[in-house]
Amino acid sequence: MARTAIPGGLSARRAWRSATLADRRPETAQAVTLVLDVPDWPGHVPGQHVDVRLTSEDGYRATRSYSVAAPTDGDALELTVQRVPDGEVSTFLCDDLRRGDTVEVRGPLGGWFVWRPGQPGPVLLVAGGSGVVPLMSMLRARPAGSASPFRLVYSARSPEDLLYREELARRAAENDGVEVGLVFTRSAPEGDRRGVGRLRPEDLTGHGWSVDDAPTCYVCGPTGFVESAAAHLVALGHPPERIRTERFGPSGP
Amino acid sequence: MTVTRGFHGRRRDSDARLPPGQHLTPDFPVLSAGPTPLVPRDDWELIVATEDGTRHGWTWAELMALPSEDVTVDIHCVTSWSKLDTDWRGVSLDTVLADVDTAADFAMVHSHGGYTTNLPLEDLLDGRAWIAYEYDGDELAPEHGGPARLLVPHLYLWKSAKWVREIELMLDDAPGFWEQLGYHDYGDPWREQRYQGD
Repeated sequence: MARTAIPGGLSARRAWRSATLADRRPETAQAVTLVLDVPDWPGHVPGQHVDVRLTSEDGYRATRSYSVAAPTDGDALELTVQRVPDGEVSTFLCDDLRRGDTVEVRGPLGGWFVWRPGQPGPVLLVAGGSGVVPLMSMLRARPAGSASPFRLVYSARSPEDLLYREELARRAAENDGVEVGLVFTRSAPEGDRRGVGRLRPEDLTGHGWSVDDAPTCYVCGPTGFVESAAAHLVALGHPPERIRTERFGPSGP
Repeated sequence: MTVTRGFHGRRRDSDARLPPGQHLTPDFPVLSAGPTPLVPRDDWELIVATEDGTRHGWTWAELMALPSEDVTVDIHCVTSWSKLDTDWRGVSLDTVLADVDTAADFAMVHSHGGYTTNLPLEDLLDGRAWIAYEYDGDELAPEHGGPARLLVPHLYLWKSAKWVREIELMLDDAPGFWEQLGYHDYGDPWREQRYQGD
């Protein structure tokens, strides 16, 4: 496997930093985007994640990892948090954290599942559920007029579960090399020709994209989804070394 | 101390067997950098290569012929989940390395798919590391590293390389895949050695 260097000094990335909630935007009934103000944030590469730490008054701490949802923008750090049923940290972040409240973050973390603006060649993004978050950071980092076409194949349970729904529709409509294919596993909009069902190989080959286009593939989602999507990509002939995966199970409540 | 207003936490994870910063999971999450390699047992081979270029090899049948051990251990992932009392069967690396002559102090473990990770050789010895091929009484599933993976439960789980194919013994340490990407060279969960410099 090829390797990529990590930006920023190591000491900068391992320090815990105070982060203040500047804004929050509901994305779906179960997910919220938090905009944190992190003074002197060193910046990150699209696809990276951060650790978020919560501390109670008596010193009890809980730490979880969350993907960054948007490219570096000064001291503003955007995380999209999906509520995990009974999740200790995600339910607090989704339901209780208010503007002006303080948490701690450290990072950026992860130097493999990244896309750097300027990295040549087409990009195939394959998202299952909230696995779309780090991929959205890549999509948002793609400069207008980029020579690298992007295709996002996004699997969600239903239209109501889609994160960034309007923004994705807008970006796809701009005719600027971004395509979005939606896959619904439980309920689809009326008239949807694909129908309901888990990701199929043909979902990954639509719009004339083929192995010959040699895209770099980024797959993110729950374990079962990533196993299946990555296996489809390999079976379609994509070389394993061009497929990067990021998986999460129900591991971070 | 930076307190987050209103956060009390659940504190259900106050188990003395839980290293700092970890929480329990009943599941077995999967973390890998790429697609799961499918390695047929007929083609499987374990290589131990020493610093002078000597190569020792075991086929699947030869591995199965070695004495196995049933081990019950706690495992800790750097992404902060821990799982207690996991049941494995495998061959101790003390057995695998018993007849290997080496002056090496370090090992680079190579996997199918290109993954690597580095460890001090002594951490692979003295009943602390196995080539594991069963989990919870069943064949080890491919997404968890089957047919066989390294199991080094006293270090963070990225050191327990899935789909192991070669153990390269080295006189000098060198960083593996995640270690080059900023993760700790040793990875002791009890000292919370997650990232370089921790």
